[in-house]
Amino acid sequence: MSTAPELSPDKWLALLEHSAHEVFDIMLKTKLEPGGPEPATGIEFTAMVGLAGIVCGVMSIRCCHESATHVASAMLGLPAKDAGEHAWDAMGELANMVAGNFKNKIDGMSDKCLLSVPTVITGADYSFRSISENQPIELWFRFHGKALHIALEIHP
Amino acid sequence: MKSLRALIIDDSSVMRKIVERSLRQAGLDLSEVKEAGNGAEALALLANTTVDLILCDINMPVMDGLEFVKRLKGIANAKGVPVIMITTEGGETHVVQALSAGACGYIRKPFTADQIKEHILPLVEGLK
Repeated sequence: MSTAPELSPDKWLALLEHSAHEVFDIMLKTKLEPGGPEPATGIEFTAMVGLAGIVCGVMSIRCCHESATHVASAMLGLPAKDAGEHAWDAMGELANMVAGNFKNKIDGMSDKCLLSVPTVITGADYSFRSISENQPIELWFRFHGKALHIALEIHP
Repeated sequence: MKSLRALIIDDSSVMRKIVERSLRQAGLDLSEVKEAGNGAEALALLANTTVDLILCDINMPVMDGLEFVKRLKGIANAKGVPVIMITTEGGETHVVQALSAGACGYIRKPFTADQIKEHILPLVEGLK
């Protein structure tokens, strides 16, 4: 029976970071800037993709409405003022591509770990409780001057 | 190059637009672009429509891309139409399943315009 790849937390983090940069470079033609942990105020979009197989968990991308609009704008090549209606869909696809790119970088994982269809939540007034006791792998970036947070929770 | 009618199947409308833009950037002359949000919608559309090229995602609700490619064989309008999978599912198993089911090509997301060009232009040349 296949088991989860044995990687150090630093390696998981590095692969997730590389995957995110690649998706922004290739599909959004823009760079993610490094950032640091910030309070969750202003986070209005949460896009999530589930992983199931030899690795089970959830990868999420969170950002404010303005950043989600910029994601849609960059993906579609539209002015930001015309891209707002596509923000939901763009955030879901962004999460799908980052999660997919991430798992495809890990030997033996791309075939043995499937992705769910993305889910996108808007609004900030919710709480999220994971069944996992593991600490999530977290990355903080700046995108168009605003915080963008990517987290990967791996369930044992 | 012949003007082409393309069908793009993806549950994300944003991705459908990105694929269409990439096809045009690759130099394809698209006379018509049809869209479907999943394999079942695409099969229904193909019952009454003819296209020259199909680009298809794998992970979709209702009917996924692998099931769509398998069922496509039963659609008279789609006989001989090349299908290229464009997906985040990059595993060898998915590639083999897609190609065995009848897909002609496989592009992993994220993709560059050059990859679209490299995979699709040779197929389109064959449609002249």
